[in-house]
Amino acid sequence: MSSETPGAHMDLAGVLTGIRRMAPLSLFVVVFGLAFGVAALSRGLSGLEALMMSALVFAGASQFAALELWGDEIPLLPLIATTFAINARHLLMGAAIQPWLAHLPPTQRYGSLVLMSDSNWAMAAADRQNGETNVGMLVGGGIALWLTWVLGTLLGVIFGSGIEEPQRFGLDVIMGCFLLAMLVGGRRDLSMLLPWTAAALAALAAMTWLPMHSHVIVGALAGGVAGLLFPAREEREATA
Amino acid sequence: MSLPSTAAGAAIAIMIMALVTYLTRAGGVFVMSRLPIGPRVERFINAMAGSVLVAVITPMAVQGDWGARLALLATLAAMLTLQKPLPAIAAGIFTAALWRLVA
Repeated sequence: MSSETPGAHMDLAGVLTGIRRMAPLSLFVVVFGLAFGVAALSRGLSGLEALMMSALVFAGASQFAALELWGDEIPLLPLIATTFAINARHLLMGAAIQPWLAHLPPTQRYGSLVLMSDSNWAMAAADRQNGETNVGMLVGGGIALWLTWVLGTLLGVIFGSGIEEPQRFGLDVIMGCFLLAMLVGGRRDLSMLLPWTAAALAALAAMTWLPMHSHVIVGALAGGVAGLLFPAREEREATA
Repeated sequence: MSLPSTAAGAAIAIMIMALVTYLTRAGGVFVMSRLPIGPRVERFINAMAGSVLVAVITPMAVQGDWGARLALLATLAAMLTLQKPLPAIAAGIFTAALWRLVA
């Protein structure tokens, strides 16, 4: 079809190469998984539930945020909205590599997306820029990340179950500190200050006047709308 | 609408999270093959991604004890200087533990 963007294919050798290339980075994922396992236990999840969440959801920030909603009852709508809002970046990531993946048979295309996460997507997208046609980085990298994320969670569950008072050791703040680190480490241009301020104020207002747990949805929407209405100056100049 | 956090309730909640997350992973490819995602939608999603984290963190700082607040401050400071998440999170945990030991 389009000659300038080569289409993709998948084979075992490419997947193994992807696993090998992701291996160094995956070691850090073990530590994050460990932090999640400890945090999950301190919020009252069982070890099995923490493992199940890591294995099936496989998206760190949304898992940490879900713990915040976990109590005697789990509010469904805030859980769905929070998970969607945090993972909505996947929509953009997928859209960016869609022309590449379009060449795969549908089962391979939608199967490999199960494993799409930030770092293996970034490396696969870079591969594609360089004219690579093998999607092994996406799949193999995803396998390496998934294995280490689940392994880390298991270690966290084992380690965490031996701790009597997690807050004495500051382990209850892991969740907030993780999310803050992800926030600051991500897109850190000043143009985000306005939507983030809007989100904080809207969340606080919702906490005061609206039903419990609605503050996450309200804050996310307020920030999204603020970002939509007031684009970054550079962006406006670029499009002008 | 909410689920009890029994074994069955938690399992259903986790399944729902997994389904929603997969829909975001596959959704971009699915939608893009039919109609392209425009710059306005992209701006909304980009701003929303950080905003939802802000909306989760803000109450922790407002309602938490000083241990939690100082932990968040330590993480923020470490992130801005070192730009590495693991030391930044460790700094937060250490700060909270230290504060609760002293206070």
